[in-house]
Amino acid sequence: MTFFAWCMIAAGFGMAIGSFGTGLGQGLAIKSAVEGVARNPSASGKILTTMMIGLAMIESLAIYVFVVAMIILFANPFTAQVMELAGK
Amino acid sequence: MTHPFLFLQWVEEQLHTHLGEHVTYMWFVMLLLIGLAFVISRGIKMVPSGWQNLMESVVGGIENLIVETMGPKGRTYFPLIATFALFILVSNLVALIPGFYPPTANLNTNAALALTVFAMTHIIGVKEHGISYLKHFMGPILALAPLIFIIEIIGHLARPLSLSLRLFGNMYGHEIVLMIFFALVPLFLPIPMMMMGILVAFIQAFVFTLLAMIYIAGALEEAH
Repeated sequence: MTFFAWCMIAAGFGMAIGSFGTGLGQGLAIKSAVEGVARNPSASGKILTTMMIGLAMIESLAIYVFVVAMIILFANPFTAQVMELAGK
Repeated sequence: MTHPFLFLQWVEEQLHTHLGEHVTYMWFVMLLLIGLAFVISRGIKMVPSGWQNLMESVVGGIENLIVETMGPKGRTYFPLIATFALFILVSNLVALIPGFYPPTANLNTNAALALTVFAMTHIIGVKEHGISYLKHFMGPILALAPLIFIIEIIGHLARPLSLSLRLFGNMYGHEIVLMIFFALVPLFLPIPMMMMGILVAFIQAFVFTLLAMIYIAGALEEAH
């Protein structure tokens, strides 16, 4: 059963590390976008669109981590083998 | 797992058919969109009012967005892109009604949508450029072409993967967050998360549509 405990830990830590980097990246992107809008408010429409695409791109990294975490937690491909080994 | 009660699944169980919840709810969204379009297009007037106003502004907004990102050439692909936008938006927003499940929170629906984008990109590219569409994959220097070809192929294959996983992860993650909050405090606490769900629904529909447009525009432009 330690296998499943390690799965939980791996999923939690993976999500933490993934969202750490994503948070930093999105913060930098928003910082630059806000600076751009403050300097040139008339370009805010274009900056907003570009920022949204960029944010979605960065966010997808965290989403990949989330998907992997969900696979580890709910659809682990090794569950059957581990249960078989544990049953022996 | 995410929903305690799904209305259409209950109907489906009464009928003893074996359909996934994403299939039934996708049919629901399709019926909703087709029915709405049919009913509104029956009574078109020169001076719009009520529902026609709303639909005209939606269609006009999407057309403006297409012309802005793809240029006037992109108008040809308006039906495809507007369908993506409306279908994804409505199926994301359907999640906010209790007893309804967003079909985009299932990887199968999203993979179908993303593969359509992938196939359409290359079909449009071949239709537009013929055999010289291959130049898109060659890069600027002929000597490096075999190397760049492999990289480009991997890049193109990553597109449907990232498109489908982004939409799936966002919608499914939102469902799970809602359910966890609902299990912790059923009263009032899920409401701010549902507010964020509206934002996520709009942004993800927008991002999917925008990326589809950018990919198609990339296939349309001349190879450099």
